[in-house]
Amino acid sequence: MYTGSEIIETINMVSHQHLDVRTITMGISLFDCITDSAQRTADKIYDKIMRKAGNLVAVGDSISSQIGVPIVNKRISITPLSLITAAGKGHMQALKALDKAASETGIDFLGGYSALVHKGMTPYEREFLLSIPEALSTTSKICSSVNVASTKAGINMDAVALCGKLIKQAAYLTRDTDSSACSKLVIFANAVEDNPFMAGAFLGVGEADCVINVGVSGPGVVAHALKQCDGANLTQIAEVIKETAFKITRVGQLVAKEASKRLNAEFGIVDLSLAPTPAVGDSVAQILEIMGLESVGAYGTTATLAMLNDAVKKGGIMASSHVGGLSGAFIPVSEDAGMIRAAEEGCLTLEKLEAMTAVCSVGLDMIAIPGDVSEEIISAMIADEISIGVINTKTTAVRVIPVYGKVAGERAVFGGLLGEAPIIEVNRKSPAVFINRGGRIPAPTHSLKN
Amino acid sequence: MKAIVSVIGKDKKGIIARVSGELFDMNINIEDISQTILQDYFTMIMAVDMKDCALSFEEAASRLAELGKKTGVEIRIQSQKIFDAMHKITLSGDNI
Repeated sequence: MYTGSEIIETINMVSHQHLDVRTITMGISLFDCITDSAQRTADKIYDKIMRKAGNLVAVGDSISSQIGVPIVNKRISITPLSLITAAGKGHMQALKALDKAASETGIDFLGGYSALVHKGMTPYEREFLLSIPEALSTTSKICSSVNVASTKAGINMDAVALCGKLIKQAAYLTRDTDSSACSKLVIFANAVEDNPFMAGAFLGVGEADCVINVGVSGPGVVAHALKQCDGANLTQIAEVIKETAFKITRVGQLVAKEASKRLNAEFGIVDLSLAPTPAVGDSVAQILEIMGLESVGAYGTTATLAMLNDAVKKGGIMASSHVGGLSGAFIPVSEDAGMIRAAEEGCLTLEKLEAMTAVCSVGLDMIAIPGDVSEEIISAMIADEISIGVINTKTTAVRVIPVYGKVAGERAVFGGLLGEAPIIEVNRKSPAVFINRGGRIPAPTHSLKN
Repeated sequence: MKAIVSVIGKDKKGIIARVSGELFDMNINIEDISQTILQDYFTMIMAVDMKDCALSFEEAASRLAELGKKTGVEIRIQSQKIFDAMHKITLSGDNI
């Protein structure tokens, strides 16, 4: 039997501190859907998704009601689509099938309209990449990602240059909704194969046929625990974060085991992420401020974030039999009330955000920039961020939104979990010559670590 | 299924009688019960076994929530697994 305080602690985490399981993501391999006919491939994709994920939402809701913890999203990730449709060149037919399956299963997002081009690009992959803006602007639940670099391969700068163009096109095509398509497109270095979080989720080529990956959340729970720590030193604070992360992650483990059993899928991983939501009190920025900063963005932000990120991993690792995904603290600006406030006040700058991404997951995330920023500047932002990942052997990513028709100081509103963001000015000096050189930045050396 | 029923609210007469009566009606067996005042709230915790209960978990949960509304307290029922997961280091069986 448990003590009364343990029961109340669990109940309060849900009712007052925003504890939720952010997502049950079912990864579905589409390799057995490959044919040389575009339509036949699309039909097989639709059938397989409906067969595997038909009950995903119902099972998620039932688990949620039995354990008394909200499961906010049910999602699907698929094998990067460019690999599946290459033989039949049928990505647009496949897109329709994915959109239909996403709508009929009732899931929230489907990720994997993706390509892995970190070393090179086939002619078909180029064609596929060029279709991303249209794919994202004509659907609502489909998410896309492009892996443009890895520590082992270096950086494919041709792909980086192309991605700047794709982001601008996606922004233009959804100019009536604050360029919302860009919120569904992530550019990666060292993309992971078992990520349950959007918009970057896809099921890697080394994965099983059907896998359950779960993303937990809980910045509000950590913030609440730290508020009880007046006068504590940083060693004590790190311990409190670890204990809290353990409990949060155990919820993820429970949900992942239960969901994989009921859905006849393999248990993949629990992603130990602190994922904020725009709700007040569910903010990663708030945690850093409770640790002692006047505002996120101040000096000390990188240090507190590094400690938070590390302590979350240490606490979570023992709580789950398999940990993976992007595991770490997320810092999506538009999805975190504290980040939004600090960005509006000018305290949180793009340069500071870039530094923060060196010590946490994942990257420059959900940052709204003026709509007239050039594609070369966006590509150079990608190149900088991706370099941090490549050199430091970690995943980094860029999800920026050049909001069409808007300028710095205005706001972009995306709604729901994606929140809203002040538009931040960027450095306008031109990197065009660098970006247009093309080619590859060679893979880094692994000795002489300085 | 083993579950935990928690009742939280302002103390008043007859809470235990009403909740245990409802559980009896649903053929849910009470295995353990404790009651205390925590953070100014009356808190009652019951460990129950639902194996003879013919209702679905969701139906049982909604009947208890309804009773809670009538009596002015919060009544929840949650799988024991969530509390095991959070508050026990050692897990057993298929939860590993």
